[in-house]
Amino acid sequence: MRGFLGIFSREIMIIRKRFFKMLISFSVTPLLYLIAFGWGLGHKMTVEGVPYISFLLPGLIAMSSMSRSFAISSEINIARFYWHIFEEFQAAPVSNLAIASGEVLGGILRGFFASFIIIILAFLFHVKIHLNVFLFLAILGNTFTFSSLAIITSMLVRSHADQSMLNNFIITPMAFLCGTVFSLKALPGWAAGFIQLLPLSPATKAIRASALGHPMPWIATGSVFACGIVFFILGIVAIRGARE
Amino acid sequence: MIEIENLTKKYKKITALTRLTLHIKAGEFFGYLGPNGAGKTTTVKILTSLAKPSSGTARIGGCDIIATPLEAKKLTGVVPQAINLDMELSARENLMIHGLLYGMSRSVIKEQTEKWLDFVGLLPHARRAVRAFSGGMKRRLMIARALLHTPAVLFMDEPTVGLDASGRRNLWGLLKRINKEGATIFLTTHYIEEAETLCDRVGILDQGALIALDKPTALIAAAGKVVVDVYGDTGLQSHFFQDRRAAGTFAASRRETATLRDANLEDVFVKLTGRRVTA
Repeated sequence: MRGFLGIFSREIMIIRKRFFKMLISFSVTPLLYLIAFGWGLGHKMTVEGVPYISFLLPGLIAMSSMSRSFAISSEINIARFYWHIFEEFQAAPVSNLAIASGEVLGGILRGFFASFIIIILAFLFHVKIHLNVFLFLAILGNTFTFSSLAIITSMLVRSHADQSMLNNFIITPMAFLCGTVFSLKALPGWAAGFIQLLPLSPATKAIRASALGHPMPWIATGSVFACGIVFFILGIVAIRGARE
Repeated sequence: MIEIENLTKKYKKITALTRLTLHIKAGEFFGYLGPNGAGKTTTVKILTSLAKPSSGTARIGGCDIIATPLEAKKLTGVVPQAINLDMELSARENLMIHGLLYGMSRSVIKEQTEKWLDFVGLLPHARRAVRAFSGGMKRRLMIARALLHTPAVLFMDEPTVGLDASGRRNLWGLLKRINKEGATIFLTTHYIEEAETLCDRVGILDQGALIALDKPTALIAAAGKVVVDVYGDTGLQSHFFQDRRAAGTFAASRRETATLRDANLEDVFVKLTGRRVTA
C-alpha cells in the first residue's frame, strides 16, 4: 500500500483548494430540488406514508453522493489525458491496489461532502432526518460502489467525450430512476424489478430507511457493499490494463 | 547500471523497438538520439515500467524491470516529455505528493524539497501555484521532483522541448551538475547540439534499431571529421573527409557552391541514415 498516501493526499489538497467552489456547486442542485419539489409539493402530498419532502431528501443524498463520488472518473480522465498526472502515479513504485484505494477514498470523501451539504440543507428546510451510524454506513456503501465504478470507467474510456457519454447514458438515468425522487412502487412490476437491479436502488433504499428511522434493510445494504467490492476488484484490473 | 538485452516492442503491426541491446555504466551521461518516432520514448517507457516489452530483458541497478518493477522504479527518476505537474498545486505541494508516492516520510520530504528547489533555483517560488510558472520553471520543477527521492538513474525524455535557447542552456548547466553529483543520466533528445555538449556516450536510434553507439567524438571521427556541403541541382549533398586538406581540394574542384566545415553528430546521423535527425 506504499504510495496510497500520495494519491489520497493529492485529493485532500485539491478539495482544500476548491472547497468554496465545491461547496457552492454541490449545493445548487439539491437546493433547487428542495425548493421546487420540496417546498412546492413537499407538504401537500405523502409518499410511502411520509411527507414528500421527507421522502425526497434521502433520495437526494443517494443521488448527490453517487454523482459526486462517480465524478472522480472525470477528474482521473483530466489527470490522464490532459495533465498527464496519472503517468506520475504509474511511474512511481505504487501498486495498482494503492492507486485504486487512494482514488476511491477520494471519491468517498467527495460523496460524504455532498451528503453533509444536503443534511445541512435538511435542517435549514426543517426536514427531520435521523442521523445515525446506519445512515453513514449506507452512504459509505453508495460512495464506495460508485467511486469504484468510476475507476473502471475512467480506465476504459479513451477521451472526455466517451466519459460524458457514460454520464449521460448510465449515471443520469440511474440518478432519476432508482427511487430517488419517486417511489418504485408507482412503476409497473417489470420496470421496478429491472430498476432494483441497478446499484443505486438498494443504496437509496438503505439511505432512506436509515434517514427516516426505519429498520435497516440489511440485504439492500449488503448488496451495495458486495457490488462495491466487485467494482473495486475490477477497478484494480482496469488500472493494470491501462498501464499498457 | 542499466543493462538492456534484446529488447523488442511491437504495437500490433508496428515494431517500435527491435532487439535493443545496450549497457550503461553508473555515473554515465548517456544520450539517446533519433528522429521523432524512432523509438526513444518507447525505450524510456519500457525502462520506467510504463510499458511492457514484447520480448527481451532490462535491469536497472540489478533489478529486473519486468519481474520486480516496483523495486526498479525506486531506483529511477523520470522527467517525461509532456509536462505532468499538478497545475492547481504549488511547487512544494507537487513535491510533497511525489515524496509520498515514493514512500518517503514527511520530514524527509520537507528537507529534500528545500534542497532540490534551491538546486533548481525555485525556492523563492515554492508556494506559488505551478500554473503561474513559465515553461522553463516547470521543466526545472519536474527535474527537482524527479530527484526528490535521490534516484540512481534519471530518465529524461526530451527535457528541453519547447524551451528557448537561454532556457535550454540553463537546463544543460543543471543537468551537468546533477551528473557530477553521481547520478546516471539517460537523456533522449533530437537536439544534436545537446547530446554533443552533455553526453559521455550517445546511441543513435533509427526506426527502432540502434545504428551507432560510441562517444560523440569517436562517432564523428569514424564518419569523417570534415564535411564539404555541396549545393547542387539535386539539393544539398554532404561529403566526409578525415582531414582538411583533402576536403579543401575536393571543395575547390566543384563547380557548384561548396562549403567546408567541421562535422557534427547530425552529419553522423545523415551519413548513417540518409536523413536529418529532426525529419
